[in-house]
Amino acid sequence: MIQNPYADHGDQLPALPGHSSRGRLERVLRAGEFAVTAELNPPDSADPNEVFERGAIFDGWVDGINATDGSGANCHMSSVSICALLTRVGYSPIMQISCRDHNRIAIQGNVLGAAAMGVNNILCLTGDGVQAGDQPGAKPVFDLDCMSLLRTIKQMRDDGRFLSGRKITAPPQVFLGAAINPFAPPYEFRALRLAKKIEAGAQFVQSQYCFDIPMLEKYMEQVRDQGLDEKCFILIGVGPLASAKAAKWIRSNVPGIHIPDSIIDRLEGAENQKLEGKRICIEMLQQVHEMKGVSGAHVMAYRQEELVADIVHEAGVLKGRKPWKREMNPDFEAVSDAVETVKEQIDQSIDPQEAVAAVSEEV
Amino acid sequence: MPKTAYQPSHTSPVVRSRAYFTVRLWSVRHSRGLERIYKFLANIFLKLHPFWSWVGYKRAEKPVVFVEKAVKGLLFDCRMCGQCALSDTGMSCPMNCPKSLRNGPCGGVRANGNCEVEPDMPCVWVGAWKGSQNMQNGNQILKVQEPVNHSYRGSSSWLRVTAEEAARLQKQNESVITTEDLQ
Repeated sequence: MIQNPYADHGDQLPALPGHSSRGRLERVLRAGEFAVTAELNPPDSADPNEVFERGAIFDGWVDGINATDGSGANCHMSSVSICALLTRVGYSPIMQISCRDHNRIAIQGNVLGAAAMGVNNILCLTGDGVQAGDQPGAKPVFDLDCMSLLRTIKQMRDDGRFLSGRKITAPPQVFLGAAINPFAPPYEFRALRLAKKIEAGAQFVQSQYCFDIPMLEKYMEQVRDQGLDEKCFILIGVGPLASAKAAKWIRSNVPGIHIPDSIIDRLEGAENQKLEGKRICIEMLQQVHEMKGVSGAHVMAYRQEELVADIVHEAGVLKGRKPWKREMNPDFEAVSDAVETVKEQIDQSIDPQEAVAAVSEEV
Repeated sequence: MPKTAYQPSHTSPVVRSRAYFTVRLWSVRHSRGLERIYKFLANIFLKLHPFWSWVGYKRAEKPVVFVEKAVKGLLFDCRMCGQCALSDTGMSCPMNCPKSLRNGPCGGVRANGNCEVEPDMPCVWVGAWKGSQNMQNGNQILKVQEPVNHSYRGSSSWLRVTAEEAARLQKQNESVITTEDLQ
């Protein structure tokens, strides 16, 4: 069992040859460990403590925390600022950049700023259309697409130049990621598209929610045939469904999420639907862990973030490895409190709802 | 439509009738023939390079844009981005994608192959993939496209491609001559 091999106060790690960043996520993946990442639900608030609390829920269970960039085209705290707050206290955020809201000038500036604040991982997305959110009248930018975004940041990092060719004095040392969705047509093109993303600069990819293992297996077969799993770390998205009703709503309202009927039937037949949703998620996570070519999992538990620790623990995918955990830092009392509460809850058998309630009441 | 297909809870702000896409979809189905015609015409344009140079590429721009816009507008719903990728994208114009994706489909494509933004429109990239499968140089779809240069909007892609190709050929000839001189 590895005991906190990367224990520190969240400072940048020493640069290693062959590594693009000085962050923990890349280390864990390159060491061949099964990595786990989670998604932080961005607050609709200007209070930094809300970010710290929401990060503390994952403490000691994940290798990276995704900070979403207006996901679903809804407005929340921006990803770059969430990352800035998280890196202050040592977490390892994965900054998402969506092309919907920024043009190339803004994006390149944000990449430099984020790297300066200690962000080591960037996930390049195209972003949902504006019609999906609560402000459908907004102007969609889509100046770059995810592919040209990857290539732009890669150029900034490796050649030390902006898109224009102007020199950057200290290039951003970031580990580049992208998204994949094996569950949407055209299915035969999906693996080739991953190849394109790798060519454009993707070093790791996170997938859309997986609820259909046979479909994923089919995709992974194509990926392995092309040897893509050796060129790029593949993290498969999993997540608990709160109820059959929620599952049906997601299926018909959130683009790109494929939930087979069998999952909905199973949820409908269960006595405690929430528990069944969690059980399905744990099973998916275990099956994903066994799949050849998969390097990790991305646990997205939207509005059920408190379940992530439980799911990762019960699925046993970390095999006793303990991801980095925040140590006490007197400067951030609020965080320490939140961490303490979560720690206590983790030592005991967790009742997730209570843990969250306790954390939010403390501050 | 399969049961699992994504169905919108409300109508999209952008709704166009199916008839709007008829010609464009026909073009994608006939991508192979159109590719041949394109290659043929591109060759003629290149042969006309001395003529374009004599007239002046800038002066030729306006009438060529007029024709190009009419032809490509009818066949492909061309948006005159000025850097045509049609021959790389299965004769399905990527600028018709509401996210103007030039490198493949997003993750939001519905199970029935329609667009996530415009529920009644077949995904541009599902079409592009099918179109590219019928084309001789269909593998070009795997090429990573550069970001769009928005300052080229409204200009002629035909003339730009011709001028670039002519410049490339000239450079090639020059380098052949210099290496011959050296030997």
